[in-house]
Amino acid sequence: MSLLISGGLVVDPSRDLVENLDLLVEGGKIKALEPWGAIPAQGRRVIAAQGLVVTPGLIDMHVHLREPGEEYKETVETGARAAARGGFSAVAAMPNTRPVNDAAAVTRFILDQAKAAGLARVYPVGAVSVGSQGGNLSEYGDLKAAGVVALSDDGQPVRNPMLMRRALEYARTFSLPIISHCEDLDLRGEGVMHEGKVSLNLGLKGIPAAAEEVMVFRDLTLAGLTGARLHIAHVSTAGSVELIRRAKAAGLKVTAETAPHYFTLTDDAVLGFDTHAKVNPPLRTTADVAAIKKGLKDGTLDAIASDHAPHSSLEKEVEFAEAAFGLIGLETSLGLSLKLVHDKVLTLSQLITKMSTHPARILGVKGGTLAPGAAADLTLIDLNRKWQVDAGKFASKSRNCPFDGWTLKGKAVMTIVGGRIVSSEL
Amino acid sequence: MEFRRKDLLGIAELEAEEIRLILDTAASLKEISTRPIKKVPTLRGKTVVTLFYEPSTRTRMSFEIAAKRLSADTLNLTVAASSAVKGETLEDTAHNLEAMAPDLLIIRHPASGAPHFLAKRLKCGVINAGDGLHEHPTQALLDLLTVREAKGRLDGLKVAIVGDIAHSRVARSNIHAFTKMGSKVTVAGPATMLPPYLDSLGVKVTYSLEEAVRGADVIMMLRLQLERMGQMYLSTLREYSVHFGLAARHLPLAKKDVIIMHPGPLNRGVEISPEVADGVHSVILAQVTNGVAVRMAMLYLLIGGEKA
Repeated sequence: MSLLISGGLVVDPSRDLVENLDLLVEGGKIKALEPWGAIPAQGRRVIAAQGLVVTPGLIDMHVHLREPGEEYKETVETGARAAARGGFSAVAAMPNTRPVNDAAAVTRFILDQAKAAGLARVYPVGAVSVGSQGGNLSEYGDLKAAGVVALSDDGQPVRNPMLMRRALEYARTFSLPIISHCEDLDLRGEGVMHEGKVSLNLGLKGIPAAAEEVMVFRDLTLAGLTGARLHIAHVSTAGSVELIRRAKAAGLKVTAETAPHYFTLTDDAVLGFDTHAKVNPPLRTTADVAAIKKGLKDGTLDAIASDHAPHSSLEKEVEFAEAAFGLIGLETSLGLSLKLVHDKVLTLSQLITKMSTHPARILGVKGGTLAPGAAADLTLIDLNRKWQVDAGKFASKSRNCPFDGWTLKGKAVMTIVGGRIVSSEL
Repeated sequence: MEFRRKDLLGIAELEAEEIRLILDTAASLKEISTRPIKKVPTLRGKTVVTLFYEPSTRTRMSFEIAAKRLSADTLNLTVAASSAVKGETLEDTAHNLEAMAPDLLIIRHPASGAPHFLAKRLKCGVINAGDGLHEHPTQALLDLLTVREAKGRLDGLKVAIVGDIAHSRVARSNIHAFTKMGSKVTVAGPATMLPPYLDSLGVKVTYSLEEAVRGADVIMMLRLQLERMGQMYLSTLREYSVHFGLAARHLPLAKKDVIIMHPGPLNRGVEISPEVADGVHSVILAQVTNGVAVRMAMLYLLIGGEKA
């Protein structure tokens, strides 16, 4: 059946488009964009998009779906539903499952689960090393053939610089980007939050900004050495932003993402020992928040990804030092990111670039555009809808959200994947 | 003024007025411990539980004696293993304790924030008897009481705190306590043991023991936790004691009537020489005596009156 999305403002950064257009979807693809009223409605399902923005489907390029192995926290299905609710037509799933996604069989399993769920698209990310143990390279060629779109040892950063060098080179062989979780585990030590005034006051061991920055520097240097494609995950410090800015100026093939919590919260959120604010990299300072926003604005940071990391009360309702790192973000990411638009840090086009067009390009996947002929992955957004975050009602299985109870302005009201409506509040 | 809190979790959140009330209460209760029959019926029928996840003799005993002198029933629970391996979560422990309807829970725990975790979940009062690297409020209060007795005031005193500030909850609580009461605090130690941003707490920071004790009214030496050796904080104990151990030769730098404090237990010959620990300036045993008084005061203020 064909869908006519009529009366909306179409924002498609891939073609520099911000226009009042109707959009016709047929056969799971975008068929046409025409001025309001130009496409006849007869025989078509009409979606009234008056007052809404129509964008390429959002892509969250960094989530943890926990399946296989930790299905009590999240499954591919619940994660893909949370994604659809949050306006995401696709997500990239990190490989730190149990077993680790270091082999084609695991990749195929994840893709099968995603297909059965029939919600947001799921793009598996394969492990850099076998079991993410930092030893031997996993089978990048097989993984790619099975469907991985990138490689990462997220959560288990690559300690050995020789392994990182070889991984970058081997990944280049198969045209896969490496997504690096930049953290020096020795410098982190037993740290559980950002090392600063708050950690000093709370008597919690600190993770200095340097623990991230020395690894960003290492990996940028190795990207220069190998000429491989490097993507830096969840940038959290002013120093990292500056290092990436310089690397880009020097012509390196590097891209980078940050997460909404890094431009929304500071380490103050940990006061009161709130384990929902325990995340890795840790929440930093107001100066870092400002630098992250500047990096988003000037293009140093290409993408916004949630680093959706579900944990149950077993991991979070415990002493702060014992609690797991991570917070969930699929259902708050857009609302938090739209604040950058309301506050005029980014234009709406720039935001959609970072939440759709760039992630699609970095991962080399479909989407990120509304060009006729492209897959009909769309998100309809009500920019001004005020809503209260209620973690109890999330589609995600987990509740570890530091934004519970917050009022946000702007919400995805419909998500369409391949011409199918997978989530709707209309 | 009355004490309106349910819990004593740290010094950081206390007002100077509240600290004064606690010290005054402790001073007035101190006399009970000098009587032939050292017991008053104030807390008869109240149940006080001590829950210690770290070994401690003096603090636990001090709380227990304080409770007994006020006629409370006491129950001591020492959990040997760390919470990670003991099987029961802190949350379950909390609910099980609550089910036994204690009036007050006194907890020591290796994780910073563990008392706050319990306080949020329990109706009964909670006293923090030391949490991780965070706070040890009753230690700071007994230190204040000891200094006030010796000096007659706290305002304007020069206080030196020397040693492993980074890993010391005693240091954190005392920095808050003395600065709130108007004392001028200098901290000293090797840079590895002075966490960044210390100056944000309103203290002067130096790497020199000599500089810290110059003109000091109060010198507080911290216990060097010997397990820090081998964790890249120090070279050798010998070198530590040469540079940061308080010895008789340092005392002429301080005020004539300087007092020497130490939260115990002492590493004699490491952070403090025996002649200083046992010398005329030492108030180390007065600290222990005042510990009982301060803990009696806290028990009384938290569960003694008719609280709404």
